[in-house]
Amino acid sequence: MSKKVAFLQGNEAAAQGALYAGCNFFGGYPITPSTEVAEVMSVELPKVGGKFIQMEDEIGAMAAILGAALAGSKVLTSTSGPGLSLKQELIGYGCIAEIPCVVYNVMRGGPSTGMPTGPSQSDVMCAKWGTHGDHPAICLVPASVQETYEEVIRAFNLSEKYRTPVMVMPDEIVAHMRERIVFPEPGEIEVLPRKSPTVPPEQYKPYDTSFGDVPPLASFGSGYKFHVTGLNKMQDGFPTTKAEVVQAEEERQVRKVDANADDIITFEEYMLEDAEVVVVAYGSTSRSARYAVNVAREQGIKAGMFRIKTFWPFPDKQIKALAGKVKGFVIPEMNLGMCSIELERCAQGKAPVLGIFRVDGEPINPDQIVEKIKEVK
Amino acid sequence: MAFDYEKYLRPGKLPHIWCPGCGHGIVMKGLIRAMDTLKLDMKNTAIVSGIGCASRLPGYIDCCTLHTAHGRAAAFATGVKMAKPEMNVILCGGDGDGTAIGGNHFIHACRRNIDMTYIIMNNYIYGMTGGQFSPCTPTGHKASTTPYGNPDPGFDIAKLAIGAGATFVARGTAFHANQIDKLIVEAIQHKGFSVVEILDDCPTTYGRRNKYKSVIEMMNRLKEVAVPVKAAEKMTAEQLVGKVLTGVLYKEESKPEYTAEYAKVIERAKAAK
Repeated sequence: MSKKVAFLQGNEAAAQGALYAGCNFFGGYPITPSTEVAEVMSVELPKVGGKFIQMEDEIGAMAAILGAALAGSKVLTSTSGPGLSLKQELIGYGCIAEIPCVVYNVMRGGPSTGMPTGPSQSDVMCAKWGTHGDHPAICLVPASVQETYEEVIRAFNLSEKYRTPVMVMPDEIVAHMRERIVFPEPGEIEVLPRKSPTVPPEQYKPYDTSFGDVPPLASFGSGYKFHVTGLNKMQDGFPTTKAEVVQAEEERQVRKVDANADDIITFEEYMLEDAEVVVVAYGSTSRSARYAVNVAREQGIKAGMFRIKTFWPFPDKQIKALAGKVKGFVIPEMNLGMCSIELERCAQGKAPVLGIFRVDGEPINPDQIVEKIKEVK
Repeated sequence: MAFDYEKYLRPGKLPHIWCPGCGHGIVMKGLIRAMDTLKLDMKNTAIVSGIGCASRLPGYIDCCTLHTAHGRAAAFATGVKMAKPEMNVILCGGDGDGTAIGGNHFIHACRRNIDMTYIIMNNYIYGMTGGQFSPCTPTGHKASTTPYGNPDPGFDIAKLAIGAGATFVARGTAFHANQIDKLIVEAIQHKGFSVVEILDDCPTTYGRRNKYKSVIEMMNRLKEVAVPVKAAEKMTAEQLVGKVLTGVLYKEESKPEYTAEYAKVIERAKAAK
């Protein structure tokens, strides 16, 4: 039997991926350029008995998905820059209370209202540092429509596996371009269920670390009575200011992602075997980068591409290893050098990092990247 | 036999954080009596709050409890109720939490008429942060940020709720303790968004700045200003100056309830599939 094929936009693919992953609750607020996700979810969710709600604002949408997740739903919200800023308070709530949820953010120009219909990659730091306090961060940056579909499924899986908010951040080009997509059969891609408690209700603690760094999460209305707060909490979910408990819990929340970086981090290596110049790219920019690498190879330059698919946790190990072998990195990005900072941190001075930074709402052309590749000596 | 509050309270979580003379404990006891009257299944009941003194209430009651972020109780609760419409969802919090930072979520929960009950403990002040003025602090009164008297006009929470579309709105006071559970019972029984405002007192941060010599004086004020709606019907406008109406202020049963309406959306979507 041949697989189902469609010609879809990135945002539409994101919604379809969420449905494949078992998303049954969407809370959102209209914002360009991500609104199509809400529109598709409003059509499709009620067909399968799921719930769609358009909330009064971005904060309310984030709150609604967290509430629904605690009541047992698999939840999604979609937004873009200004909305991501507004959601940050409650993304932090999701991190400390350890509530699985997926935040799909289409990167447009910024700051503030910026350029609502123009592409950008300037929210990647916001994905890690946007909410206050130390917290875990997982952020996926797809580069095609097919990958957007698959990465949204992976985001749901990671959010359940690590019990934490996960962000999927395509740039506006990926979100709005149309490509062929091949749908997987049901069951073809693994969908992880929530780890539910095995202990009887009277023994249940929502942050019981005897089950490891990711304790099982019960649902409201399933027979388990428990307390959830945004305050620093003890294993039973109640607030505490006890120094050693707060320290241990904060460290565990960050560790559950950091210690599993190898399980979370994904990337693509393109012509890296003998590469002397490595273009590091993500999102739509990587499509220009691939073309540029091909052009450079034709001209006899040993160029390759390291494509970041998981922006957070950042692929430190891989970049550090490359830094010891190559002449230099080229980083094209639609911001004023955000990934560049991370590359310099990982390169530790062993290889120069040359940036191409565009924030004018135009994509980065392969020509620009080829020129920069040639600058690496 | 005396009413057994203990069976509804979480063992080991008392004493509560509230100051001596604070009315929040009176409201909590009223809520517990209401839950008892209605024989609510505690496993199937969620209490959702924001941030502030009043928002600490859920932690003491043994059911599904969610202490959210400042002002966000109504939006979190909307998610809980939409995901599991069969659950009883009760919200609680203070006047600043509910009508300032949470004002937008509050009016939209009213507008949707989603079947939840919101208990607002109005003590006219931000108590937890030390007594800054709230949208409910009376004009001219003192707060830590209105040292020369409050220039702001205040909200009438009940009118705000009615105007925004809530279909059951009641008001009581912390002095009239025996009325609190009756109002909450009726509110929970009502199918739609119900608001119960309880006029409360904060002797620590409001009373002492506004020349109330004691908690008793603050309680006596609540006793004096409260006029039951029935009694008010027989009073002149002049007699009602400075008074506050108490009891069930508004009830409307024809407006559709939100989760029931969404169930119809699901039916229509499945039929169109």
